[in-house]
Amino acid sequence: MKSCLVVDDSRVIRMVARKILEELEFEVIEAEDGQVAIDRCNQTMPDAVLLDWHMPVMDGIEFLNALRQLPGGDKPQVVFCTTKNDLSHIQEAISAGANEYIMKPFDSEIIQSKFSQVGLI
Amino acid sequence: MIHPEDFELLRRIVKSRSGLTLSPDKAYLLENRLMAVARKWGMNDIEGLAATVRGTPNEELLREITEAMTTNETLFFRDQSPFEQLEKVVLPRLLESRQGTRHIRIWSAGCSSGQEPYSVAMVLKQLGSVMDNWRVDIVATDISRTMLDKARAGLYTQFEVQRGLPIAMLMKYFSQAGDKWELDPGIRAMVHFDEFNLLNDPAPLGRFDVVFCRNVLIYLDQPTKGRVLENIRSLMPDDGVLYMGGAETVMGVTEKFQPVSEHRGMYEIVSATAGNYPRGTENYASNP
Repeated sequence: MKSCLVVDDSRVIRMVARKILEELEFEVIEAEDGQVAIDRCNQTMPDAVLLDWHMPVMDGIEFLNALRQLPGGDKPQVVFCTTKNDLSHIQEAISAGANEYIMKPFDSEIIQSKFSQVGLI
Repeated sequence: MIHPEDFELLRRIVKSRSGLTLSPDKAYLLENRLMAVARKWGMNDIEGLAATVRGTPNEELLREITEAMTTNETLFFRDQSPFEQLEKVVLPRLLESRQGTRHIRIWSAGCSSGQEPYSVAMVLKQLGSVMDNWRVDIVATDISRTMLDKARAGLYTQFEVQRGLPIAMLMKYFSQAGDKWELDPGIRAMVHFDEFNLLNDPAPLGRFDVVFCRNVLIYLDQPTKGRVLENIRSLMPDDGVLYMGGAETVMGVTEKFQPVSEHRGMYEIVSATAGNYPRGTENYASNP
């Protein structure tokens, strides 16, 4: 079973994402900000990260930069999932090392489509 | 609830004009979809619509009734693998075999809002300079004028560009236009859209090396499916390739095509020169 770390400061979004990902047979781990997410990655590196952008303490981009510096941190497929829905933010995320990008609002079909494009499904 | 005789009348119109088969359990669907048409034409209900059709059948009204019953579900790079095969298997072969004419023709039959032919166009564009000095015609047809208008406009919602389209392709070939995403004019210009009813003789469309007819025939009955596939065959050279939907089959429908092994949804022509691609598992035992 593949694992996915869901990083979002909204409990509701984490819950929705968890439900979708569990249906896609992922083991889901949650983190409410980038710092907590880094701590989780230090314990166990997930196969995938579904990553919000704007969060308190440490935002998505800062998390991604930190993750890619960790041993084995190049492995997880990172899929941004954010309300920042313009080309410049997409470019920034991809240059920072994100593998895919989801513009909120999302649904099960979009998550499935993006996860299959990066080979997670 | 729709009257059985009204359902029968409308069902027959749709069937004769498009081949779409509506079983009685689709009465609710017909009612749902045709209410919008009824209102647009100033009628309050399906009964009124049926009465008008019985009285003075207006061509435009009949067309709109038919169009309203079509299913336009589609997405960019649907099922992924046909587009990977096109790039890695089919086009390389054609680049060899069509060296003489340097001309390849591809048909997206039942193109809906354009995601399929545009995906083909993006695959070609990605090949880069290999395609220099080659002429590739991508012809995309649909029965629905509404869908063709949408396809030509090349404007897609945020939801549509997130289904099937890799983010790298979005960044490369789309720009933001308000809350929509607009496909690059260069890609749009690679596709020629035309209104075409698959029940008609496709000969005027010309010859096609590759035909995409995916998840279109599923709405037709067996004899109609067979007829359409034979028409498609008549436009293709013996080494042509047909793509159908992942859940579709030619078994019991036509003996003109056979599946290609390890390439789900890909079919080659059954003929003396067949065997261009490894034979599929679904094939007919009688073929050598």
